[in-house]
Amino acid sequence: MEKTRFLFSGSGGQGVITAAILMAEAAVRFESLNAVQTQSYGAAARGGATRSDVIIWDKPIYFPKVTQANVLVCLTQEAFNKYQETIRPGGLLIADSGLVKNTEKIDARRMQLPMYAAVMDTIKKPVVFNLCMLGAVISATEIVSVDSVKRLIAERFAPEFHKTNEQAVDLGAALVQEFYSTGRN
Amino acid sequence: MNKTPETTETSENIKFMQGNDVCAQGALYAGVEFFAGYPITPSTEIAEQMAMQLPKHGGKFMQMEDEISSLCAIIGASLTGHKVMTATSGPGFSLMQEALGYAVMAEIPCVIVNVMRGGPSTGLPTHVGQGDVNQARYGVHGDHAIIALTASNHQDIFRMTVEAFNFAETYRTPVILLLDEMTGHLREKVVLPEPGAIPLVKRLRTAVSNGVDYHPYLPREDGRLPMSDFGEHHRYNVTGLYHDMWGFPSEDPKIVYGLIRHLFDKIENNIHQIARFRKYYLKDADILLISYGAAARSALHLVENRRRRGEKLGLLELQTLWPFPGEIIREACRNVKFTIVVEMNMGQVLEQVRLSVDTPEKIFLANRIDGELITPTDIRNIKRVIQGKGI
Amino acid sequence: MAVKDYIRQRFFPHMWCPGCGHGTILNALLRAVETLGLKKQDIVMVSGIGCSARISGYVDFHSMHTLHGRALAFATGVKMSKPELNVIVPMGDGDALAIGGNHFIHAARRNIEMTAIVMNNRIYGMTGGQFSPLSAHGSMGTTAPYGNIDHDFDVVELATAAGATFVARTTTYHVHELSDFIAQAISHKGFSVLEVLSQCPTHYGRRNRVGGAVDILKTYKNNTVRIGSDKKQENPDLIERGVFVKKELSEYCREYDRLIAREHREAE
Repeated sequence: MEKTRFLFSGSGGQGVITAAILMAEAAVRFESLNAVQTQSYGAAARGGATRSDVIIWDKPIYFPKVTQANVLVCLTQEAFNKYQETIRPGGLLIADSGLVKNTEKIDARRMQLPMYAAVMDTIKKPVVFNLCMLGAVISATEIVSVDSVKRLIAERFAPEFHKTNEQAVDLGAALVQEFYSTGRN
Repeated sequence: MNKTPETTETSENIKFMQGNDVCAQGALYAGVEFFAGYPITPSTEIAEQMAMQLPKHGGKFMQMEDEISSLCAIIGASLTGHKVMTATSGPGFSLMQEALGYAVMAEIPCVIVNVMRGGPSTGLPTHVGQGDVNQARYGVHGDHAIIALTASNHQDIFRMTVEAFNFAETYRTPVILLLDEMTGHLREKVVLPEPGAIPLVKRLRTAVSNGVDYHPYLPREDGRLPMSDFGEHHRYNVTGLYHDMWGFPSEDPKIVYGLIRHLFDKIENNIHQIARFRKYYLKDADILLISYGAAARSALHLVENRRRRGEKLGLLELQTLWPFPGEIIREACRNVKFTIVVEMNMGQVLEQVRLSVDTPEKIFLANRIDGELITPTDIRNIKRVIQGKGI
Repeated sequence: MAVKDYIRQRFFPHMWCPGCGHGTILNALLRAVETLGLKKQDIVMVSGIGCSARISGYVDFHSMHTLHGRALAFATGVKMSKPELNVIVPMGDGDALAIGGNHFIHAARRNIEMTAIVMNNRIYGMTGGQFSPLSAHGSMGTTAPYGNIDHDFDVVELATAAGATFVARTTTYHVHELSDFIAQAISHKGFSVLEVLSQCPTHYGRRNRVGGAVDILKTYKNNTVRIGSDKKQENPDLIERGVFVKKELSEYCREYDRLIAREHREAE
């Protein structure tokens, strides 16, 4: 396989880092792949532009940072403005269509999905926004399976959230399928 | 990342975790029974893991009032016969120097983890640095020798944590494990070894029976010093002053000389037993990189990358920083055109490498000191400058 | 067992000056240990740095002579890792309340079962007579040649406020009381603090023109009263002696053992 570099970005508290970790961990534990995950730390636990880098490959990964992303995920305008330059020409941008605008200039496939709006419409719990995003990312990139991610989520979070969590992952995956079928967002 | 013989992959023992958590796992594997610490970024996850895990394993965790008391407390607990550890970062490591000297002088087995961040002072709490290499060696006042280990990936962090405990027991000495913010916070795969896969060194206890004179500071023929736990029948004295073989203070020049020689020799004379390193493509290398910790990941990335293009790069990754493995370095540098030391400080290992080789003018530095991980491109650019090519 | 069986006779005579109060404290300590019938191998004495700290070399217990001010921190590790041991920490003014002040209040707050004996001679003796945090305002020392402008700590009040569950004070003049208080402090199931006013004729006495050992001991006799004495009402300058605090509170090591037991039960 090709080495795939992901850059997840958003604001603190959106769960961007958790989603990045879940994907990388699922790759390692259930897909027999290698993965590394890092994140930028600041003193604040909430707010501000937050970033997490994930690299997945079937060979050993040494340098762990993402300088050019194959996949850039943006959940806020601030994050997009800050990290848009890091996307590799011809890479994939996955952004929330309601929260991120003016993405036309970047040289990449743009997948703008109404993730936040869909979560609020159907699940009505903003806390699973990140899992919806994760569902979309794994569905669009097809490196880590939805089953692996669900297995990990079931292991990691309390059973009472199980159904909602799976619903959010499925919702993200469905948004990607819808995107493909309409050919645009 | 690097498979080592002791690891068989099963679905249960493949983990994806932070380097700090791997260090805690390694410590538990090595048999740590007592941990005292004070929270400090970027090492705090080690304390958190210890607080969570130790009571389940019958061990004990204490959050102390500062880093000074943390090291003091583990020294006390080591004397009752337990394997002990503390973990900290730059400012805390500075506070520990006095008690570290005590542990050196009183020959107390203990492990001190320093997850390095940018310094000096409070510096860059959440960014990587490797500026404490010399502090690990020379931070303690007075002449002494010390063991300091490091690692660049999670499999090796596990292994070196266990080795740190083993060396602490074997040589009756504090051992410093110099990790860094990048590897400490990085998450990657680690395969947890089966119990017994990595040999463990147990506390060597005296066979001298009750009523017979026991000498806590009299080395055996093999140089090791059997201990007796506080609470057992042998009662002796432990002090940071120069002391005789019973542990009682002495200013006798012969005793003073003998003790300082012993403290040096037990470590410096065993450099070949203590030296841990990894060699990558050294046999035919004409350009050598020397690196350690997080910086070694970038060095290895570049080496693998250039090898695919036919360039003969090699990497010597140091895992034992102190005692400094000068002979191994000298040998590795002998037949290459030039050597680049890759590190994230102003050249602390570079200086040691230059002192170790015949041709110091052929040793160069690729460093980064801005709190960011050095990149393979940074190293490549230095290489091209040395080769007289443009960047 | 005779008192002399508790000491390392080969290190005598001791290094303290003639007239120093610290030997009296050693004597009272040994009598207390004998009264309690403690085994030598069940006692760990951990000391810091200074005249007071040398006491650990003279006793035939497990002994640790550590760093200035850090004795309680080392002792905490000893006690926590082997709670069945009796841990006794003799301390000087600096050990307890200057460089070691933080460790002192935190050991008290944790209520870990150890005995801190604060040997208060109001001066730094070993380094030659500098003022300490227990030197009174206006007193003289080599670093206070024009009189000390610092105010001193009240050890009893500080220990009480920090949460020590046994707090007492006496002097080297009141030797029976001293031995009794040490025994009570060692027996206490929690962090115990005993302040002992101990004379330093060489440095404190000389520099403050209060005379020799006997003169200082007379001040201990005349200027102290038992807690609750009417004399204190008449003369507020008198220093009270006695047990100020003696209360029960969950002890740190036992608390941790309960935590371990609880975790094991839940794991099963």
